[in-house]
Amino acid sequence: MNESINLKPGQINGETGIWEMVIGLEIHAQISSKSKLFSGASASFGAEANSNVSLVDAAMPGMLPVINEFCVEQAVKTGLALNAKINNVSIFDRKNYFYADLPQGYQISQFTKPIVGEGEIIIDLDDGLQTTVGIERLHLEQDAGKSLHDQHPSKSYIDLNRTGVALMEIVSKPDIRSPQEAGAYVKKIRSILRYVGACDGNMEEGSLRADCNVSVRKSGEEFGTRCEIKNLNSVRFIIQAIQSEAERQVEILEEGGKINQETRLFDTSTGETRSMRSKEDAHDYRYFPDPDLLPLEFSDSWVQKIRETLPELPDLLKKRLVTDFGITPYDASILVEEKDYVDFYQKAANGKDGKLTANWMITELFGALKKENISLSNSPISPENLGQLIALISDGTISGKIAKDVFAEMMISKKSPSDIVKEKGLEQVSDDIEILKLIDKVISENEDKVKDYLGGKDKLFGFFVGQVMKLSQGKANPGMVNKLLKNKLK
Amino acid sequence: MSNKESIVDIPTVNKIARLSRLNIPEASKQNLTNDLNNILGFVAQLDEVNTSDVKPLASVTGHKLPLRSDKVTDGNIEDLVLKNAPESSSGFFVVPKVIE
Repeated sequence: MNESINLKPGQINGETGIWEMVIGLEIHAQISSKSKLFSGASASFGAEANSNVSLVDAAMPGMLPVINEFCVEQAVKTGLALNAKINNVSIFDRKNYFYADLPQGYQISQFTKPIVGEGEIIIDLDDGLQTTVGIERLHLEQDAGKSLHDQHPSKSYIDLNRTGVALMEIVSKPDIRSPQEAGAYVKKIRSILRYVGACDGNMEEGSLRADCNVSVRKSGEEFGTRCEIKNLNSVRFIIQAIQSEAERQVEILEEGGKINQETRLFDTSTGETRSMRSKEDAHDYRYFPDPDLLPLEFSDSWVQKIRETLPELPDLLKKRLVTDFGITPYDASILVEEKDYVDFYQKAANGKDGKLTANWMITELFGALKKENISLSNSPISPENLGQLIALISDGTISGKIAKDVFAEMMISKKSPSDIVKEKGLEQVSDDIEILKLIDKVISENEDKVKDYLGGKDKLFGFFVGQVMKLSQGKANPGMVNKLLKNKLK
Repeated sequence: MSNKESIVDIPTVNKIARLSRLNIPEASKQNLTNDLNNILGFVAQLDEVNTSDVKPLASVTGHKLPLRSDKVTDGNIEDLVLKNAPESSSGFFVVPKVIE
């Protein structure tokens, strides 16, 4: 390997040259509905086994599916947020396969005519750059049940609570070129879903899972054969799995081998992917239109009504924060990551120095919350109190240094910063006479150093500033100390 | 039945049977193959009709897909759901081990 080559993310330096990755993602997002897609059973997580199951979900003969209007609305809303084409007529198909946790023997999904067609989103990369990723489609489908394989040596236990819960499958175009971009894409989709309210985005509980299609090629060549890594439930695993899968493929190709198109699983303990025992004819799903369901149709005016309920989405919000509050695009992109963050920021920064508020929120508040492992919604510091702290700094009541002490006290006592400043007498001393008194004291105690300074040892100036600040217990206004000292020591 | 329409052969029947988890006795396979070809041949007559200007027909009733509101109206019937299960334990269906 040639160590001197500067690889871009997503590139692999093999024996035969540099390879690039081609990645496409399928995200399964559970819709935040109360009941299931086609039945009135509860869609909640964590209930007693098989208690959230209706006879429709259990696929008893004669049961008919009836679609949940809320789920349709959420799919359309998400489609609009993905700048995608909304299909006013879509069709439900049966995807046939046998598995113990699929009592119908088929999943109701959308194959030929999904509810949402092509769209695109902008993703934000760590270096502040942005790139566009195309959306191929979004369709509605049923989730499957859950199989537990570790309860018995020779049996599997099946819980159908998740059977029939509404999912949106969001399929990207193969536009993604690195594991980092894949991570950024998932984060962006998750953020959009949460803004829209279509999905809670909780990856631990499985509300959001991703399948990653990965292939490698030399730059400019045709797409290679891809493998699909199933069911990844964290951004970190997505990044690891793609990197390891791409490296595996490069190794095989460079040894003269061929990639088998197959489904693979990511083993979180080894950090590598392995082949799922491939079932024969596994991909022969024999799709056909579900005879129990008519085409799903709605009018443009209905779509328009939904469009009007869309919240301000992260990309536009980011632009607005930059214009309205004068913060950097980078800070804005952090603040729009979660709707909570923006709401908090806008309350805190209302009428204050927007840039200073962003700095304090991102560096100090996020840092302190992370250290204590507290979420922003449980922050001991309210947006109003953070705003007040910023105001106290801006109008010179306290210095930035004292503000950090006040902030630490706010984290513990939840008191307002002005109360803390009053109680502890922390107001900044900006009075000329007060400061001059301190300066005179420092000068009289350090006559020899004053001589040295006046004799040309300029560096000693910092020493005097430090002494005055120390004497004031940090409360003297540093700008004024500087100015007054300079005059005094001429 | 012309050769052109005999699109189903015994390997195809085997494949469909496997996908559908149907156990078809060896002796019935030839008959089944003939039946399937007859059915497909019958349906293939529709190919003779020019349908280029005809929209796909999803329903003859003219009904639209009915929508229901998002309310929990069903569930908590574990006993009924598990009633036909050959084996169950602590609320779960129990099946021969399915290993991925």
